[in-house]
Amino acid sequence: MTLKLGVPSKGRLMEKTFDWFGKHGVELGRAGSEREYAGFVQGIDNVDLILLSAGEIARELAAGRIHLGVTGTDLVREKLGQWENQVGELAELGFGQADLVLAVPRCWVDVSHLDDLDAAAAAFRLKHGFRLRIATKYHRLVRDFLRENGVADYQLVDSQGATEGTVKNETAEAIADITSTGDTLRANHLKILDDGLILKSQATLFKSRVATMEDADRHTLRTLKDRLHLD
Amino acid sequence: MPDRAATLAEAARLRGLFEAAGAQPVETSILQPAEVLLDLYGEDIRARAYVTSDALRGEQMLRPDFTVPVVQMHMEHGAEPARYTYSGEVFRRQEEDATRANEFTQVGFEIFERAAPEAADAEVFSMFFDILRPLGLRAATGDIGILMAAVEGLRTSTRRKAALRRHIWRPRRFRALIDRFSGKSPVPEQRAALLAAADPMAGAEPMIGMRGPDEISERINALREDAKTAPISAAEVELLDAVLAVRETSDNALERLRDIAVDLPAIQAAVDRLARRLEALQARGLDVTKLDFEASYGRTQMEYYDGFVFGFHAENRPDLPPVATGGRYDALTRQLGRGREIPAVGGVIRPGLALSLGGAT
Repeated sequence: MTLKLGVPSKGRLMEKTFDWFGKHGVELGRAGSEREYAGFVQGIDNVDLILLSAGEIARELAAGRIHLGVTGTDLVREKLGQWENQVGELAELGFGQADLVLAVPRCWVDVSHLDDLDAAAAAFRLKHGFRLRIATKYHRLVRDFLRENGVADYQLVDSQGATEGTVKNETAEAIADITSTGDTLRANHLKILDDGLILKSQATLFKSRVATMEDADRHTLRTLKDRLHLD
Repeated sequence: MPDRAATLAEAARLRGLFEAAGAQPVETSILQPAEVLLDLYGEDIRARAYVTSDALRGEQMLRPDFTVPVVQMHMEHGAEPARYTYSGEVFRRQEEDATRANEFTQVGFEIFERAAPEAADAEVFSMFFDILRPLGLRAATGDIGILMAAVEGLRTSTRRKAALRRHIWRPRRFRALIDRFSGKSPVPEQRAALLAAADPMAGAEPMIGMRGPDEISERINALREDAKTAPISAAEVELLDAVLAVRETSDNALERLRDIAVDLPAIQAAVDRLARRLEALQARGLDVTKLDFEASYGRTQMEYYDGFVFGFHAENRPDLPPVATGGRYDALTRQLGRGREIPAVGGVIRPGLALSLGGAT
């Protein structure tokens, strides 16, 4: 048996993950051509690198098909119910920082807090005959956040990309999306609500709590954790 | 959990009891149009109900309860007065607690009747009380109507009252609004700056989205008007808190509420309704000196109830949901009735839970 480590299959997240492991003497890399999703691991035995899309890593961890995985806290919390029971956090990797925030058009001078949004939503529904639309791909996180904060009369509309453009296109009135610098929000004439921070996320190394392990795997995990200076 | 056959047999037995009380058995579809439920409950329902869809009918939900389809059915072609019973599966999405059932049987009993609503409340409650008596459950009761009347009676603007009424079922937001309207929490900086600005819309360009400048100005005007409204007095907040804090046996609760009504006459009519209900319960042989009453009961789970509310809980099993719940939902019939309305009260029992606690026989 080998210990299966899931890592994002492309982009900056993959490169930074490779760097992070490299700094700890575990070299990860992509095998073959740029297009081939196979990887290699050097510096430790019995660890397999599995390249996956960041979104799938949460699901694979929860299914126990990989033992370890690097992905964003946002994706784990969005995709896994009772995530603490399914995965454990081993280390925050210090990159991939992103905040999930609630943003509204900058021209809404009367809306700066969630209670303004709630009041605006009530009036919007009366006038337009449908509930104020919030575009997002983080349905669970946003819904839980709004329920906890007592915001009503809204609806979530699914947006898997270019979410910041939905307000101008009039397919949504507000958005909830990941931002790191806020530049895209500003460019699209949006502003973050003062109490609109839903979640702070960063790339994190998770361990599956459900993946089966043999003694040899446990030994491998111990060695890897020592190498990564994790207790 | 007992096996399915036992649960269904118990469900049939319970339905028989309700039929013997004059209820007409009814069936509803398992797939319900999502729009009606979304309109009623808002987006929160998606966390509790399974949503599916097809290209022709759009979004559908696996029925999360029977009340809505039964009310719809009655409002469309029901005779008056009417009483109904039903039994069948309901489906609840579980995202936090894997031990909670996502599919279970409910048996219900609903009365639609204009005359003597308190007598109907008492009839439904005492039926449930008698059926569940062998299980030794704790019966909790409350009355959302008293809290609504207290809000109605506040000496403040209609707009503030509407905001409070809208959030009666969200205690945290309700409290935040009370704090804001009574001046306890300060006006946020941005709000103060906005209200002080000669031209609040300056620099707001470009206008994007469907919420137009007219709507923004309307809200600013409303906020300006609100800023001129006197704060809700500390004495009134105290009375409201006194109502919310009532938690005693029903006879004592009634006395307490009568005392509060001296200073808060707006709740008098609602307190009289409670008195009539308790009389009706006593007439049915219930000892109201042993029946718990909590004025804030039902504020978090039962959003369509707007009067009497009740629940039966296994006290030594806080991990379990209530075995039975119910209440009065006059406003729901108004919302689903397209201009028509009828006072209605009812409740549901979970026969599977009842059996697992020792059976209802």
